[in-house]
Amino acid sequence: MEFFRIRKDIPFMRHALVFNIISLITFLAAVFFLATKGLHFSVEFTGGTLLEVNYSQAPDLGKIRQQLESDGFADPQVQNFGSSRDVLIRVPLAKGAESSKVGEQVMASLLKVGAGGTAPAMTPQLKRVEFVGPQVGKELAEDGALALLLVIIGIMLYLAFRFEWRFAVSAIIANLHDVVIILGFFAFFQWEFSLPVLAAVLAVLGYSVNESVVVFDRVRETFKKKRGLTTPQVLDHAITSTISRTIITHGSTQMMVTSMLIFGGAALHYFALALTIGICFGIYSSVLVASPLVMWMGVSREQFVKPKVEKQEAVV
Amino acid sequence: MNRYPLWKNATVLIALVLGLLYTLPNFFGEAPAVQVASVKATHKVDARLMSQVEAALKGAAVVPQGVVLDLNSIRVRLADTDTQLKAKDAIEKTLNPVAADASYSVALNLVSDSPNWLTGIHALPMYLGLDLRGGVHFLLQVDMKGALTKRLDSIGADLRSLMRDKNIRHGGVVREGQTVAIRFRDAETRDKARAALANNQPDLQLADAQEGADFRLVATLMPQAEKRIQEFAVKQNITTLHNRINELGVAEPVIQQQGIDRIVVQLPGVQDTAKAKDILGRTATLEVRMVDDEASANMDIMEQAARGEPPPGTEYYIERGGRGLLVKKQVVLTGERLTDAQAGFDSQTQEPAVHLSLDSSGARIFKDVTRESVGKRMAILLIEKGKGEVVTAPVIRTEIGGGRVQISGRMSTVEANDVALLLRAGSLAAPMEIIEERTVGPSLGADNIDKGFNSTKWGFIAISVFMISYYLLFGVVSVLALSANLLFLVALLSLLQATLTLPGIAAIALTLGMAIDANVLINERVREELRGGNSPQASITAGYERAWATILDSNITTLIAGVALLIFGSGPVRGFAVVHCLGILTSIFSSVVVSRALINLIYGHRRKLGSVSIGQVWKPGV
Repeated sequence: MEFFRIRKDIPFMRHALVFNIISLITFLAAVFFLATKGLHFSVEFTGGTLLEVNYSQAPDLGKIRQQLESDGFADPQVQNFGSSRDVLIRVPLAKGAESSKVGEQVMASLLKVGAGGTAPAMTPQLKRVEFVGPQVGKELAEDGALALLLVIIGIMLYLAFRFEWRFAVSAIIANLHDVVIILGFFAFFQWEFSLPVLAAVLAVLGYSVNESVVVFDRVRETFKKKRGLTTPQVLDHAITSTISRTIITHGSTQMMVTSMLIFGGAALHYFALALTIGICFGIYSSVLVASPLVMWMGVSREQFVKPKVEKQEAVV
Repeated sequence: MNRYPLWKNATVLIALVLGLLYTLPNFFGEAPAVQVASVKATHKVDARLMSQVEAALKGAAVVPQGVVLDLNSIRVRLADTDTQLKAKDAIEKTLNPVAADASYSVALNLVSDSPNWLTGIHALPMYLGLDLRGGVHFLLQVDMKGALTKRLDSIGADLRSLMRDKNIRHGGVVREGQTVAIRFRDAETRDKARAALANNQPDLQLADAQEGADFRLVATLMPQAEKRIQEFAVKQNITTLHNRINELGVAEPVIQQQGIDRIVVQLPGVQDTAKAKDILGRTATLEVRMVDDEASANMDIMEQAARGEPPPGTEYYIERGGRGLLVKKQVVLTGERLTDAQAGFDSQTQEPAVHLSLDSSGARIFKDVTRESVGKRMAILLIEKGKGEVVTAPVIRTEIGGGRVQISGRMSTVEANDVALLLRAGSLAAPMEIIEERTVGPSLGADNIDKGFNSTKWGFIAISVFMISYYLLFGVVSVLALSANLLFLVALLSLLQATLTLPGIAAIALTLGMAIDANVLINERVREELRGGNSPQASITAGYERAWATILDSNITTLIAGVALLIFGSGPVRGFAVVHCLGILTSIFSSVVVSRALINLIYGHRRKLGSVSIGQVWKPGV
């Protein structure tokens, strides 16, 4: 089998401007949604209490919410999680109250809902409780930002050392644009942004830089080996000769991620979703955004082939 | 042409065998077991206790499948859950004859069902995180300010008595926030006081201040001293938590320091958070009381006391040696006066001893009491849940001043350490607050394992089918290399006993999905070389060599992201990062070295190789 039967180099660079404009529009849209809608942070970041309970019959979410509100919980969120019998309850941090006891208080409240009804089968079964204090959430957000910064600096240093600063800068711009777009999706759909999602975003950042590295490796090789090609031609050649690997690799990774989407259940859902978006945009950005950027920044053959310096005899 | 030297093949083979060996325990599953641990630091888990346990089992006609003694517990492996319950009852009855005063915790647990020889080489199954096995996780914040204020309060008292001893007149010692301020009438007295303080209190930083007509001396703690106090507070709280959690009868609790001022407590299998919280927040106290020597020497009174009728004003306790003791109800000192307890040696006799430091008022009381009672015995008791235990009851030999007390005699080094720990562990050094709590039910844990396992399994199958149909034999080799990667990863995780969480399983899946990249790179390169008209053998060599630089580059960038997560990640993210980083390292080895070894084995020895099975190589223009 051979999927990619390409006779000539595909002239990607001829359309470079179009690609960059598409990126810019997507990027701006993502920033717009991030700014207007914001991310829907999980309890880990905001602090608060989260309970996952299981009922033997589908409960009335409205009643649960009412009972919680009448028991003094401000702004509780009650929603189904996975199935109609599993309920997820989020209670934001309350000032003054002994916050680590909220879990038990909510359970007591839930029992009252059952008592008001007719069936004793309404007793919920506690599956999971998570309580996060305010200081922890703040720290997590800070640590997340620091981790992102460290990844960016680390990758840039490495690329600048292995290749050239032009490659480092364009690879990072291209992949940060992926990150922003993933976040944009999370903002637009108001998907829950949790710690595993953050991990996925950072993993995607490292992963799609891979992509740029593979292309850049080829660019360097082509510059060294083939004379007489213009810079856009070199880039076209590098992209064309790696495109089959790019798509096969990403396809394979995506198979794994799709499997997680299907079998991983609710706990891994957003993690896999973030990866999916990251992988799809990763192909696009590392190939069609990073390469034009390198071109605009004026990469040329001389930067890779060192001119031979002839020894000059000293004149006394 | 394409042949590996013997040592490389041997390396691959050894790595595979080791990988298999350390992965093996994960397949054996778990067997019901009873775990015995000591609740009191004075009771050791040793070979003697093990024979006791074995005798108890024999008495109940329970045949254990194995009794293992490890660092601080004894585990009895049993055939099924029925005998497990029977064994638990039998052991409980023997070790804790009085249920209310339990010395050992006897808990139901699961142990790995792998054969003993595997356990012998430390091949253990992966350590599952709470989200996979169910349990409670607490993150506790130690109030460092509280620890410092507590210390500064006692320093204030020390300063007062110090200046009284040196006849320095002062206008009051007050703690103001994180400083202690002393007022004086004139600068001369202040200088005198400063000289005295500098000699006696090396932990304090002194500064002059003027407030109206008052001359003030402001003392703050040296940064090193502050650090030491805080470290001590966290350590003591951890010790206290250890002792308390042992009572819960939790198998394999995790109590660790996290960062400077936090403590993580993980209790696998515990569902009752309310009870766990109650135990964590409880306080134990230390008391020093006098022994009623006369009554204790009288056999009749002692017999009566043992029956539960001690003389008025006294209480009956069993000393550690097993002998009864009558202790006066009047409390001489409480643990609040104790600032430190360290195990050490007597400077004269070189006997093991415990050195106690008392604060100034404690020291004064102690001095008075010991002066009056030379030759008498004093009992040191640990009171918990309203019940006391005599830790030690030494004879007072001389008057003891200066707040430094030494307990020695009839103690081994181990015992001295235990007593020191116990005295320190009496109460919390600083208040704590729960800042994070996670409870996962056992059904959810099992569910999570299934989900993670299924995602990995189906993803792996999908990739395998694709790779084999696209690259044929090279695809088979790639899939074998990927399996080797999974094997190494699981073996490493088992060997390191890193905690496996659901994000960790996700990381295994993701790492496998990314690791196939290296083999795709290699296979594509080999095809390209073939397309360029090279001979099959030359194409294999060139394909692997050219792909190597790219594989290294791309893995390093991924590793940078992984390491950043490892540094800054906490909780679930950390579990992800550990597996991710390990997976990148194993994937470099397996996808390059292992797959090359296989290819060499298949094609390397053929001198004339007409073609290789790597799928269709399409050539433009043909």
